[in-house]
Amino acid sequence: MSGVTRTPTHLTQGGATDAGIGASTLRPDGTLKVTGEFAYSSDLWHEDMLWGFTLRSTVAHAEIVSIDTSEALAQSGVYAVLTYDDLPTEVKNYGLEIQDTPVLAHGKVRHHGEPVALVAADHPETARRAAAKIKVEYAELPVVTDEASALAEGAPLVHENRDDHHISHVPHPNIVHRQPIVRGDAEAAARRADVIVTGEYVFGMQDQAFLGPESGLAVPAEDGGVDLYVATQWLHSDLRQIAPVLGLPEDKVRMTLSGVGGAFGGREDLSMQIHGCLLALRTGKPVKIVYNRFESFFGHVHRHPAKLWYEHGATKDGKLTHLKCRIVLDGGAYASASPAVVGNASSLSVGPYVVEDVDIEAIALYSNNPPCGAMRGFGAVQACFAYEAQMDKLAAKLGMDPVEFRQLNAMEQGTLLPTGQVVDSPAPVAELLRRVKAMPLPPENQWETTEGADVRALPGGLSNTTHGEDVVRGIGYAVGIKNVGFSEGFDDYSTARVRMEVVGGVPVATVHTAMAEVGQGGVTVHAQIARTELGVEQVTIHPADTRVGSAGSTSASRQTYVTGGAVKNTCEHVREQVLELGRRKFGTYHPAWATAELLLEGGKVVTDGGEVLADVADVLEDEAIDLELEWRHRPTEPFDLRTGQGNGHVQYSFAAHRAVVEVDTALGLVKVVELACAQDVGKALNPLSVVGQIQGGTTQGLGVAVMEEIIVDPKTAKVRNPSFTDYLIPTILDTPTIPVDVLELADEHAPYGLRGIGEAPTLSSTPAVLAAIRNATGLELNRTPVRPEHLTGT
Amino acid sequence: MRVKFTVNGREQQADDVWEGESLLYVLRERMGLPGSKNACEQGECGSCTVRLDGVPVCSCLVAAGQVEGREVVTVEGLADYAEQRAQHGGCATGACGSAGTSVDAAQRWQAKPAGADGQVRLSPVQQAFIDAGAVQCGFCTPGLLVAADELLERNAQPSDADIREALSGNLCRCTGYEKILDAVRLAAARGDAQTTGTGA
Amino acid sequence: MDFLRPGSWEEALAAKAEHPTAVPIAGGTDVMVEINFDHRRPEYLLDLNRVDDLREWEVGEETVRLGASVPYTQIMENLRAELPGLALASHTVASPQIRNRGGVGGNLGTASPAGDAHPALLASGGEVEAESVRGRRMIPIDAFYLGVKRNALEPDELIRAVHLPKADGPQQFSKVGTRNAMVIAVCAFGLALHPRTRTVRTGIGSAAPTPVRAKAAEEFLTAALEEGGFWESGRPIPPSVAKQFAELATGACNPIDDVRGSAKYRRHAVGIMARRTLGWTWESYRGNERSDRCA
Repeated sequence: MSGVTRTPTHLTQGGATDAGIGASTLRPDGTLKVTGEFAYSSDLWHEDMLWGFTLRSTVAHAEIVSIDTSEALAQSGVYAVLTYDDLPTEVKNYGLEIQDTPVLAHGKVRHHGEPVALVAADHPETARRAAAKIKVEYAELPVVTDEASALAEGAPLVHENRDDHHISHVPHPNIVHRQPIVRGDAEAAARRADVIVTGEYVFGMQDQAFLGPESGLAVPAEDGGVDLYVATQWLHSDLRQIAPVLGLPEDKVRMTLSGVGGAFGGREDLSMQIHGCLLALRTGKPVKIVYNRFESFFGHVHRHPAKLWYEHGATKDGKLTHLKCRIVLDGGAYASASPAVVGNASSLSVGPYVVEDVDIEAIALYSNNPPCGAMRGFGAVQACFAYEAQMDKLAAKLGMDPVEFRQLNAMEQGTLLPTGQVVDSPAPVAELLRRVKAMPLPPENQWETTEGADVRALPGGLSNTTHGEDVVRGIGYAVGIKNVGFSEGFDDYSTARVRMEVVGGVPVATVHTAMAEVGQGGVTVHAQIARTELGVEQVTIHPADTRVGSAGSTSASRQTYVTGGAVKNTCEHVREQVLELGRRKFGTYHPAWATAELLLEGGKVVTDGGEVLADVADVLEDEAIDLELEWRHRPTEPFDLRTGQGNGHVQYSFAAHRAVVEVDTALGLVKVVELACAQDVGKALNPLSVVGQIQGGTTQGLGVAVMEEIIVDPKTAKVRNPSFTDYLIPTILDTPTIPVDVLELADEHAPYGLRGIGEAPTLSSTPAVLAAIRNATGLELNRTPVRPEHLTGT
Repeated sequence: MRVKFTVNGREQQADDVWEGESLLYVLRERMGLPGSKNACEQGECGSCTVRLDGVPVCSCLVAAGQVEGREVVTVEGLADYAEQRAQHGGCATGACGSAGTSVDAAQRWQAKPAGADGQVRLSPVQQAFIDAGAVQCGFCTPGLLVAADELLERNAQPSDADIREALSGNLCRCTGYEKILDAVRLAAARGDAQTTGTGA
Repeated sequence: MDFLRPGSWEEALAAKAEHPTAVPIAGGTDVMVEINFDHRRPEYLLDLNRVDDLREWEVGEETVRLGASVPYTQIMENLRAELPGLALASHTVASPQIRNRGGVGGNLGTASPAGDAHPALLASGGEVEAESVRGRRMIPIDAFYLGVKRNALEPDELIRAVHLPKADGPQQFSKVGTRNAMVIAVCAFGLALHPRTRTVRTGIGSAAPTPVRAKAAEEFLTAALEEGGFWESGRPIPPSVAKQFAELATGACNPIDDVRGSAKYRRHAVGIMARRTLGWTWESYRGNERSDRCA
């Protein structure tokens, strides 16, 4: 593209061939990222480009009586103002699974901050001023904000005339999806229980709070199409939703992944993609849209807030008898990933424990609250918070050690899930708990120094609230289970293109996938896989774009498994072709060509005994092997809509945490002193990245334990804290040391035996912190995040 | 309005600046220096941290007009800045350099692949961030680097508590900060080794 | 929008007189947030960065004259002995980057009840030096805060400095936030012992429409210390006195429920902070007394 600066670039990395899988090789994009040269989506620039701006609804639920754009259009410097009426085709909605989300509001807004109109202008301030001149008249409607108001008689329907495939099995049109899971006889089992504990738990709305706000650049092309540079999690899913709205065939919407400033699920849905393209196509000029932090809180879905009712029973010797639970997730105004969240929450509601008799129900509501969808660990996170609280309650009631109680009921390989699926790979739940408990505890009173109290080590930190007064330590444990990959029968495949050729006398490889590198280190791992499989040193990672097949989403802990698996698979086919070429050229010179297992190592063809047969450079000469192949993991099945039975999951990921906290019990302030984690990763393809993922996921779990919550006014359904001033995420002074113990028990079904790792640590971190706070304070604490008010009864 | 100031040792000028524009906007959109990041634009994340006359500040909260005639160092100039500091014994104002990127050059800029290791000059703290695994998505990295470099400039051997306090204005959402602490410790350790090596 | 760049204090006053709606900008840490988020579009921005003496301070015999734009970092580092309460408060302001830019003048100009400097200023006592082309006046800090984000400045006035008595006894500052750094106060409490006048002063932040003093608590404690001869004896303060001081501090609050905290919690927390800061300052006073006697 002429005129575009800072487009994504190829990442070429040298490295010894032992920088293959299992080595902590460094990021190929690391140098660009530390020099400020890495091209994030908000950094894109094009000569003659315009700035797009989105006018959003100021109310949560209203009829749009009128929209007057004339004054905005008349302002100098404004090139276009678009509303619903300007949409070019009959396709005016989009959505991940259910296409219920209007590109621009049509007659009605369903949540605070819904896009109503778009402006393109020559400067962001011009666009803002013009947007302020658009007159929108709203007639407010009553809001649906929770289960009671959603299901009340005569409740307003968030979506009238639903025709999606869930409507036939949900009991009310304000329920997106419902998944019961029934197995055994929970009622009868409850009668066998010696103790029964119940609890009602509340999980607040968490934001992904990725640091790079939504942004992108749409450039109109001469062929009538558009080139879109954007930060996303799944290029091809975006493409499938964008192209029909624009009325363009998919090959005329050319998408390239720009630098992504974090994602955590928040980029699974579209944000500015269609808007930018519409403005670019309308004006004939490149259009850049960059959300600010305020807008970002409205520009993506959040983690579903949830209410969870749990009843567990156990015999007096500590064996779980049954589980009854009901999980109500608030999906907000649009469906987004709600159906999948319901599937995860229900199927994993029992946690990593053996419980044979269950009666489970999970639903997601439609409401006028902000739309909720994917966020790290979705569905499983909320359930883990509840079942781990229940485990502690049960252990306390039985007078048992909470870790031993969990170990006694821990699932293992061969355990049957409540869905009837057998866990057919290692499930070292008891072992992870043992490991995390065995780690040395941090010293007491670390704030004490010869010069008095170091407040930085105390609850309240720099705010100087205590010098040790009323500070009590507590310790808590939690363990969780997360499914890896897309479940419930989804065709969860990935595509990889690999090219092997000789450059400058040495064989090199290029890996091209559409995988969204969002920070997780997929690009690092792809280069490692290519080195391992092809025996090359230099690997080039091609920018991710839609010129190659789909890589699926960078979510559900799946990318290393599925796109990593696709890269491995394509490399294996490339290698086979190299060897075939070698056999044709040199097979007659050495019998091993025909008889031995052959490998590519150090740029040579070698036998499994280590004998060198040829240089790859001599085999390939001027030829390039270039293959693009799809790869799939084992198929899954949908859950039965009545019983929840079915082999719905591919793989599981387990992590356990021990939290040590110090609580200022008078002020209700919490300092997390340490969050130790043990996790089974199957095989650590890059140990440095693995530990980084675990520590990062752990910290997001800490955040929602003690500070992170989007607060929605229950009367108006308006968001009250859409800023980094009032939506707080942990600073480095809030984050403790996070020792990590990595276990590697191979899953024989997965490439290299690996296990998806990104989400599991986010599950158990939160309940471990809550357990530690309960341990310190003796309070019941059934909601997260815990606020000072909850700890002080104020 | 017109604004003129020195960035990474080179005088820069921007015309037709709207009076409400921040230093961050001018750097990113007018001077071709998007290394400083726009993550919150309210001083609550530190991603836009630059040195203004040597002092780390959030460039999103400095009005462009306030920078007239002053010295700015951004992440793009950090390697030069650190090198000159090492050579000249701590020039903390940024006034001692003549290198830097012109607007033209910056706008023609194309990302270079990292290439064979060692082709790109890095400051010790930049190298340490790569080596320690302190970079994931990298959006917070430029601000953290500027803040961490300044910390090590005034405190060559910071304690963990010192590091945490100095970086408490820089949010990171990916790493959980552990590897960032590792990186600053590593840079401090290497910095010390260099000092010893030159007999200083 | 126009950007005014006075090169001197006199030019700044002239500009403010000519354009009374001009919004002064120094550290920018409040004003720029409002501009970035489109909450404010002033006709004029009046840049005070070029007025050098605003960033200077003078330590006199009795008082410190603190320029309005002296960054919090400088206060923390250089005025810990003279203005310990304000130095502690400065250390809790936002982040290092913000502390490098923001100063007391900005807190006073914005007059948000959540401004971190206010409780320390109220506890210290002092005067705000305000000036316009019409002349200079000293506004007692107690008379400065008029309402939510409203202060005693006239439209043509600018804050040049604050004049604060040098501490004659221990001072403390404590602030509750739900994060261990970079957090806006849920509520805050400042306490200064003034052994020379045998008085105590307090300041409460974020627990009323304006920063306020807990006057009943001050009067109670001043009387209790005097009557019990505590200033001379340096005896520990009885828990009953501390308790009543805390309760009276709580009583001075008139907070609201908002996203940062409940009114009930704010009252509760102010009481806890009052009790603790009293403990810390009194221990420090006793320690100094003891070492003075030894010396």
